Amino acid sequence: MNITRRRLLYLLPAAAIAWDSLIAGAPEAAPNYNMTDHWWGLLMDITKCIGCGTCVQACQAENNVPDGYFRTWVERYHVADWSIENPIVDSPDGGKHGFPPLETEGGKSFYVPKMCNHCADSPCTQVCPVGATFVSPDGVVLVDQKYCLGCRYCIQACPYGCRFLNPETNTASKCTLCYHRINKGLTTACCETCPTGTRQLVDLKNPNDPVHKFIETHSVQVLKPHLATQAKVFYYGLDGSVR
Amino acid sequence: MANLKDAGHLFRMAAVFVVGIVLFLVLRGIFVPRSFGQYGHYRGAALAEIASKPIMFAGHGTCESCHIDVQEVKSKGVHARVACESCHGPLAKHADDPTALQPPKLDVAVLCVRCHEANLAKPKAFPQVVSAEHSGGVVCDTCHKPHSPRIADADTASAENPSGDSK
Repeated sequence: MNITRRRLLYLLPAAAIAWDSLIAGAPEAAPNYNMTDHWWGLLMDITKCIGCGTCVQACQAENNVPDGYFRTWVERYHVADWSIENPIVDSPDGGKHGFPPLETEGGKSFYVPKMCNHCADSPCTQVCPVGATFVSPDGVVLVDQKYCLGCRYCIQACPYGCRFLNPETNTASKCTLCYHRINKGLTTACCETCPTGTRQLVDLKNPNDPVHKFIETHSVQVLKPHLATQAKVFYYGLDGSVR
Repeated sequence: MANLKDAGHLFRMAAVFVVGIVLFLVLRGIFVPRSFGQYGHYRGAALAEIASKPIMFAGHGTCESCHIDVQEVKSKGVHARVACESCHGPLAKHADDPTALQPPKLDVAVLCVRCHEANLAKPKAFPQVVSAEHSGGVVCDTCHKPHSPRIADADTASAENPSGDSK
């Protein structure tokens, strides 16, 4: 066929429409799950945490997290005296295998499980140059592994240190709040396996959720509230020394 | 007409712009996935991709649908609210096909102390022991049955079972 300049001008838009309809298939929807009916968060009852590390192990098994990297981890705080500005914090291997005995006595010590706070106004999603990370309609901060360039902006932007660059894929990785589980009516792997009920998934759009009721009627706190990130991981019994 | 003849360079310029815009639309059609912008400034299809990942932990509800006997013992003990897979590990494959994956034998020497080894940072009300001093080398499940670990409970349970009485 003899392609003239004029014919090319007709052909190009036609090609664009063909690509659009043929190459990009329509996304499949999760059955029986309506995203707009949920707004997910998590409750951490610090008064119950025993620092066993089961959550860290479960997260690694569920999400195939490489060794030495953590989507969730447990920190142990020790405040020797009145100065909550200077806590001693340790987290050997993310607390995965528990904690050695405390060497110093006196003062107070406790465990603080940490993970992505699934901020509604998250700094990490705002800095992504390609739209690879986002807050889903049901309030979960996710990373599109196919779109991420691995530029690490989001890793620097997260004030909670919850992101890392996955060395296997060279893309940003983080807690998905077990999106593949909560879509199917299950709870997250960490909440499922937590033996003391420290971690509990909460649906902030469901007024009948008992955990939602708990948050409604108890004094809870989020981490770094001064950053106004609208964090959705609520801590009960949080000490002022926790950063 | 003479004016239009002089304006030929403007038409050529316009043609370059039109070609550029068409080329932009074509490339955009090729490189921007269709679901981009469906919910916001991201690929909407990514949600379904993330949601379709396989599950590793079946959830205690799934376990209890078969292991009713264990659930009954457990529900009366102090481990009632400890999920099966907290100790037994991820067993969704076993739940899908019980013959495909048998749960591994558990090492009580590791598992019990993971929670119950004494540590000053643990809540005071949580039962804790210094394992080295507590049993003198006797394995935990000699006395404490993991599904209902309080010794008084275990005694009544083992006294009940041989006689066949349900209560």
